[in-house]
Amino acid sequence: MQKITVNHMSFKQLNNIIRDDKEDTFDLDDVHGQRYIAAGMKNKQIKIKGIPGNALGACLDEGSKITVLNNCQDATGDTMNEGEIIVYGNCGDTAGYSMRGGKILIKGSAGYRAGIHMKAYKDEKPVLVIGDRAGSFLGEYLAGGIIIVLGLNQNGKCPVGNFCGTGMHGGKIFLRSDELPKDLPKQVVTRKANEEDIESIKDIINQFCCEFTFDKNIIFNANFYVLEPNTTLPYKQHYTAI
Amino acid sequence: MDRIKKEGEIRIPSGCAISGIISKKGNRFSGQTAIDSIRLMHDRSNGLGGGFAGYGIYPEYKDYYAFHIFYMDTIAKNECMSFLEEHFDLINLSKIPTRKIPSITDEPMIWRYFLSPLPTKLAESQLTEEEYVVRCTINVNAHIKGAFIVSSGKNMGVFKAQGYPEDVGEFYKLEEYSGYSWTAHGRYPTNTPGWWGGAHPFSLLNYSVVHNGEISSYDANRRYIEMFGYKCNLQTDTEVITYMIDFLNRKKNIDLKTVAHILAAPFWSTIERMDETKKLEYKYLRNNYESFLVTGPFSIIVSYQNGLMALNDRLKLRSLVVGEKDDMVYMASEEEAIRVIAPELDSIYYPKGGEPYIVELETEVQ
Repeated sequence: MQKITVNHMSFKQLNNIIRDDKEDTFDLDDVHGQRYIAAGMKNKQIKIKGIPGNALGACLDEGSKITVLNNCQDATGDTMNEGEIIVYGNCGDTAGYSMRGGKILIKGSAGYRAGIHMKAYKDEKPVLVIGDRAGSFLGEYLAGGIIIVLGLNQNGKCPVGNFCGTGMHGGKIFLRSDELPKDLPKQVVTRKANEEDIESIKDIINQFCCEFTFDKNIIFNANFYVLEPNTTLPYKQHYTAI
Repeated sequence: MDRIKKEGEIRIPSGCAISGIISKKGNRFSGQTAIDSIRLMHDRSNGLGGGFAGYGIYPEYKDYYAFHIFYMDTIAKNECMSFLEEHFDLINLSKIPTRKIPSITDEPMIWRYFLSPLPTKLAESQLTEEEYVVRCTINVNAHIKGAFIVSSGKNMGVFKAQGYPEDVGEFYKLEEYSGYSWTAHGRYPTNTPGWWGGAHPFSLLNYSVVHNGEISSYDANRRYIEMFGYKCNLQTDTEVITYMIDFLNRKKNIDLKTVAHILAAPFWSTIERMDETKKLEYKYLRNNYESFLVTGPFSIIVSYQNGLMALNDRLKLRSLVVGEKDDMVYMASEEEAIRVIAPELDSIYYPKGGEPYIVELETEVQ
């Protein structure tokens, strides 16, 4: 394990050290907003103390796992390919931006536009799990993959802001909630999650519970809604009427 | 050498960084704090503009208007000086102290004046004192070529230049000033080239604005606000926000929260879902102040004598984080720009699109 006190090192220097080192496990201490940490890297296990900068784990690749003990800034996991990003705090805006594979688990809340334009291809199915709440435009232009918002501190209230699923044309959004967003666009259809739906997210919820020590029974003992694009009128209106 | 083209003469298709800090108790702290915060976001700007606004920095002259002025040449300086002498009592004048550093070059002459309007002239104009100062400021900026009033408020001042913001802070020796609130800006010009006058903050009277984003409605806003005597000389979008806030808040006496709901009005579809009272209010604001609607991505921090307001566009297309610790409130484009000067915070908040975050002084500053 390689321990690095990052302080005000440039992101370039930091990434070069991580990339060139034969070691694959890193503890980054005293991180001060460096951008693009671990961008495009394979098989690196990185633990971060401090606040990582924008686009953490951008284009992250197979075998990599980033664990952040504090909050993250914007565009966490931008265009990430594979691997995992685990965040113990909150994420800023656009977490999981254009993700095309891998997992992001956020214990706290996410800002605006979480999961914007995530996409799936064959076996690549990105998953974004948000423990508490998501801001507006969750799953904007969603093309594939799964977004789960657990609303853990919301007492059954809708855990997302306005304009959820705007432009959504693929993928699935799970909301653990007693109520649906009141302004869903016409191209999004909703239903209560059935057994098959719940089964499909069991593994990822188990991992979420293990990672952040939550009781999975409490999580599953609540209502889940599923949001999907309405495939009967796919091109009628892709974006919102404003 | 070819003349450097100014704002609006060329277009550079291409982020910015903003930071604001205030002590609610009105305790004064060094400009160095603002430098340290904005320095962290170095990569968000490209060296074509940086600037700071400090409030509470001139307590010994707090009853006088502090004019910070750029002069491109002595002709401009002479012409502007005679205009100022004709309209104001000059209490004090001096060059603003700067330090030579390799990264800041081509500086104009940078002067500071403490003034009060000439009583006879003011009476003759039949204007309020503030309106008199505003009109004089606009007059200089529009009609005296090569003279540019950077700020014109009381007990405040704007320090800006072409360069990275941390260098600009060093250039102006901001560590020697202390104020109860500071804002800072690192520029990455979109659409227009950078030059000294085009750097942020943009200021008029006691208001100043730092902005990250691009205003799609700029021309519509400009055409409207110019009908009320303002002149947008710089073809830089942020300027128009400063004038709209001056018009709505100072002249129309509309509180800042409502001003925010005019500038970043909710969508009609969102208004439709409000309860009846709120719906009426928001419909009224959208209909009545249609031309003040600012569209396009923005996060701004507005400073005024009593506080700071952070505001995002209604779609929240730019980032903005607010942190609080005891009586200090921090606002910035990135969380780490706050943590770097205040590692332990009592709370952290992410304002929603169109939701103003307003912090006011708890006591009147002495």
